[in-house]
Amino acid sequence: MTGSASMSPRSVLQPVTWLRIAIIVLVLLVWEAVAASGLLYRDVVPSLIAIGKSLFELLAFPDMPVRIDVDVFVFRIDQAVRIPHVYWHLYTTCYEIIVGTLIGGLAGLIVGIALGGSRLLRRAYEPMLYYFGPCPKIIFFPLMIMWFGVGPGSKIAMGAVSCFFPVALSVAGGMREIDQILIRVGRSFRANTWQMVTKIYMPAMRHPIINGLRLGFGVALIGTLLAETKLSNRGIGFLVIQAYTQFNMPLMYSLLIVLFVLAIGANALIGRFGGLDEIKRK
Amino acid sequence: MSASDTIIKARWFAPLLGFGSIVVGVLVLELSIRIGVINRITIPLPSDILPAFPRVIVEEDVLSRFLLTAAEAIAASILVTFFGVAGGVILYHFRLLRAATETWIAAIAAAPLVLIYPLYLVIFGRNASTIVMMGFTAGLAPVTLKTLEGLSATRRVLIDVGRSFNLTPWEQFWKILFPSALPTIFVGMRLGLIFALINIVGVEYLINFGGLGQLINELTDRFDLPGTYAAICFVILVSMCVFFLTERLERWLRPVE
Repeated sequence: MTGSASMSPRSVLQPVTWLRIAIIVLVLLVWEAVAASGLLYRDVVPSLIAIGKSLFELLAFPDMPVRIDVDVFVFRIDQAVRIPHVYWHLYTTCYEIIVGTLIGGLAGLIVGIALGGSRLLRRAYEPMLYYFGPCPKIIFFPLMIMWFGVGPGSKIAMGAVSCFFPVALSVAGGMREIDQILIRVGRSFRANTWQMVTKIYMPAMRHPIINGLRLGFGVALIGTLLAETKLSNRGIGFLVIQAYTQFNMPLMYSLLIVLFVLAIGANALIGRFGGLDEIKRK
Repeated sequence: MSASDTIIKARWFAPLLGFGSIVVGVLVLELSIRIGVINRITIPLPSDILPAFPRVIVEEDVLSRFLLTAAEAIAASILVTFFGVAGGVILYHFRLLRAATETWIAAIAAAPLVLIYPLYLVIFGRNASTIVMMGFTAGLAPVTLKTLEGLSATRRVLIDVGRSFNLTPWEQFWKILFPSALPTIFVGMRLGLIFALINIVGVEYLINFGGLGQLINELTDRFDLPGTYAAICFVILVSMCVFFLTERLERWLRPVE
C-alpha cells in the first residue's frame, strides 16, 4: 500500500486547513504592513484595527432615533429608541432587493414557462433574451429614474429588470428538461393549463427555478446597489458612495464587508432553501 | 398538415414573428404616446428616437467613444487572460493550493465585485485605470476556474502518451495539456470578456468617464431624451454583437464531438 493511500481523511484535510490559515494570516500581515508603510496614499489602506473599530461603530453605535409602535397581545409598546443608522439603510436596501427580485422573478417565471412550453415562442423570442440578458443593465437606470422617480421605485425596477433575464432563461431551459412522461400523465388526467403549471411544471422545475432565482437575486442585488450608488439618499449603496465622498475609508471597508456578508449569506440561504446542496451531493 | 401549420413550422416564421413583434410593439408605443396614454416627457416618440441615431453617432463622436470602450475591454481582457490562465496553471500544478483556494475563487466569481468600484476610485483615481481594473477584477475568477477545469479534464491516455515519449514537464504542458484545455480556456476567456465588458460600460456610466457608458450619462444630464434612448439602444446593439461574435468564435474553436 502506498503512503498516500494509507493516509486518513483527517491527515489529508489538515495541510489544506493549515494552508488556508497561512494564506489568511499572510494577507492580513501584508495588509497591516502596507497600512503601516504608507506606500499607498494615506488612509487608502487603513489598519485592520481602524476597520474593526469602524465596523463595530457601524453595527453597534445607536445614533438614529426611531419610534417603535407595536401591539404584542394585550400590551402596546410605544417608545422612542435609538438604533445604529446602518440598520435603517440595510432595511431599505433589503426591501428594494426583495421586492425587485419578486417582481422580476415572477415575470421571468411566467415568460420562462411560456417560452419553454412553446417551440414557436422559444424560437421567436429566446434568442432575444439570450443576447439581451448579458447587457449591462445599469444603463437603463436613467430611464428608471424618469419612469419611477429617484426614490426606492427606480431601484426596485433596476432589481426587477436585472433579475428577470436569468430567471426567464433558467425556467425556459428547465421546462424543456421536464420528463415528457409527467406531461403526458397530466394531459391524460385532462389537467387544465393552471393545473399543469401548478401540479406538473412547477414541482418538476423546482431546481431550475431556485437556481434562476439565486442567479437573479445576485444580479438584482448588484443592480439595486449600483443604482443606490448613482442616485439615492438611502440604502447601503448610498452609504458606500457617501463614505467615498467623505474619504472615510475604514467606513467604506466596513460597509463593503457588510455587503459581501449579506450577498454571500443570502445566496447560501436561497441555495439551501431550494435544495441545491442535495443536487450537488447527488 | 394544413397551410397554417406549414407556415408556422417554416424556418423563417419564428425569426419573422420575433422581429414583427418588436415592430408592432414600437408602433403601439408610438400610438400610445400620440394619443396621450403614455406621457411623452418620460418616453419620447419612437419616431423622434430614430432620427436621433445619426445625430448621436455624428455629434457625440460615437466611434471614438466605442474605440475607447473597446480599448479598455481589450486591456482588461489581456490582463484577465494572462493572470487568469497563469492562475489556473499554477493551481493545476499545486494540488494543495488548489484544494485550499478553489472554493474561495468560486465564491469570488459569484460575489458582487462591481460594488467595490468606489474603492478603486480612491486607489486608481477617476480615470481609465479604474475602469480597466474593474473589468479585470470581474473577469479574473471565471478564466482561472475554466483554465483549471480544462487542464483537469485532459484525458489520462494523452498524458500517458506524453510520458511514454519521455516529454519534459514543459513539453508535456505545451504539447499535451494546453492544446487539450484550449477550448475550455476559450470558454473562460469569453466569460471573462463578457464580465469585463458589462463592468466596464457600467462603471463608465457610474463614474461618468470613458466611452459608451459616459455617453448615456452625458445625454441624460442634458435631458436629451431621444438621444438617451438612442444611445442606450446603441450600447445594447454593440453588446449583443460582441456576445454573438464571441459565441460564434467559441463554437468554431470547439472540437467536433
